[in-house]
Amino acid sequence: MVSSSHVHDHGTCGHTHAEGHVCWGGGGDASTHHHKLEVSKLRVTYHEVLALDGIDFSTECGRSIALIGPNGAGKSTLLKSLAGLIRADSGNILWRGKPLTRSSHEIAYLPQRGDIDWNFPITVRGLVEMGRYPNLGWWRSLSRHDNDIVERALTAMHLHDLQDRQISALSGGQQQRTFIARALAQEAHVLLLDEPFTGLDKPAQESLAKLFHELTHEGRLLIASHHDLQTAPTIFDELLLIKRHQIAFGTMKEAFSKENIARAYEDVSAQSASSHAHHPTEH
Amino acid sequence: MILATTLSDCLAEPIAQRALLACLMIGFANGFVSAFVVLQKSALKIGTLSHALLPGIALAVLVAGLTQWSALAGAVFAALMVGLGSLFLSRTSRLDQDTAMGILYTTAFAGGLLILTKLDIRQQLDEWLFGSIVGMADSDLWIAFGISAVAVLALIALQRPLLIYLFEPNIAASLGVPVRLLSYALFGITILVLISSLQAVGCILSVGLMVAPAATVYLLTNNARTLFWGGGIIGGLGSVAAFFLSYPLGWSVSATIIVVLGGLFVLAYIFSPRYGLFSSRKRV
Repeated sequence: MVSSSHVHDHGTCGHTHAEGHVCWGGGGDASTHHHKLEVSKLRVTYHEVLALDGIDFSTECGRSIALIGPNGAGKSTLLKSLAGLIRADSGNILWRGKPLTRSSHEIAYLPQRGDIDWNFPITVRGLVEMGRYPNLGWWRSLSRHDNDIVERALTAMHLHDLQDRQISALSGGQQQRTFIARALAQEAHVLLLDEPFTGLDKPAQESLAKLFHELTHEGRLLIASHHDLQTAPTIFDELLLIKRHQIAFGTMKEAFSKENIARAYEDVSAQSASSHAHHPTEH
Repeated sequence: MILATTLSDCLAEPIAQRALLACLMIGFANGFVSAFVVLQKSALKIGTLSHALLPGIALAVLVAGLTQWSALAGAVFAALMVGLGSLFLSRTSRLDQDTAMGILYTTAFAGGLLILTKLDIRQQLDEWLFGSIVGMADSDLWIAFGISAVAVLALIALQRPLLIYLFEPNIAASLGVPVRLLSYALFGITILVLISSLQAVGCILSVGLMVAPAATVYLLTNNARTLFWGGGIIGGLGSVAAFFLSYPLGWSVSATIIVVLGGLFVLAYIFSPRYGLFSSRKRV
């Protein structure tokens, strides 16, 4: 296993950017140090099957992590566990030093686009406004402050002109940006994205990659499952390689090695008798 | 002219007045709830539940005699038994919940039929199967009113978290929406309203009243609020129109209600400017 020591080089949780950084409205202490996400000895069974075991890594705001592994490796389960949607059997998830027990507005979960009912009667703005729910609860109406935050999120994701569109009348890239805008409206520090690049055409992938860089530079932590081994090193700066167990974690430079990738995919290629061990396609 | 006099004659009778009021209330409440049924994509589950109500009512009649309250209690009991029973069956065997539900509700329905036939109240059996909005007493009307008011007010109060939950349960849970509580609440409200529509259109047709109104509006709007208010209005006015239509034609009120609502749906399906058959913006 590759060690998880990092150099604190860029993208701290908010002290470089006064305006629009991750800790908007987050208050004082947030801007003074890095927010850490520490996962130790995580073990999860899902539908009575062992889905994850021995997941152990630590990272912080300002980074982006590619979560990579073959089909059924537990990527979605890990993202859901980090989002507090699935309870772990054992192990710890510490966010800012505290156990992650319930849902937190600081952590946003973005499901796969295929899991969404795009015909749902909701507009881009309506979806982004959902992000204010943790502050509003069941009944309180959006204040001016809430509306400002929604406006800012729409503008940041270049969705201002599209805000009244029903969500099926968007391109794939715009749909993905709408969900990210929802996370921004939520004032999330951590974005957990399930296969955000899947189904996007090349230009949309490139602009989403650029957006990822901006978001991490602002101080957000991005963890995204990803299946394209070729693009992963250019989009993300850290790699978490899993196949139920953790195979490697570290910076792309450290962890993205032929050996590690082979270890993650070797059985798969043996089983499927395909030679795609290094560039598996997964849908 | 003759039609107008027949209608005014008809409205002079308290029975007809009650039926008209019941059409409006039950139609509106069912239409309102239908928005959530459509968004939850649970129309078939509602069909199953509505059939499951019959044996519960039959059992209650057998045990406690036929009163509004015994029928109500029996219906709730039956719906819970089939709903929770299918969940239990699917968890403890290799069957999925749909299969379990399919077996449970048909068995229960058939058992209910047998009990009701044995009870020698054939008249009532038809009423439970196909509704008898014309035969409503004042107490029935009050129950229908109470149920409608509770259901609509509860849904209005819960609309924000409920819509997030119906949109995507995982997102909802990650935002702190009490997903489990809401799913139970929606289930409870649905059963209550189903029971009230049982009176109007009977357990076989009640699915139509609980799906068609919002399905129609769904083809016309992209706004969730329009969906449930519009569903309520279409359900209410459609039922009232059906009532007036059925009287001179001598049709069954319950069947006319469902036919009118079905007709409105077909109109929306064909002519909806946005999502209709001839719409230029139609997406494939």
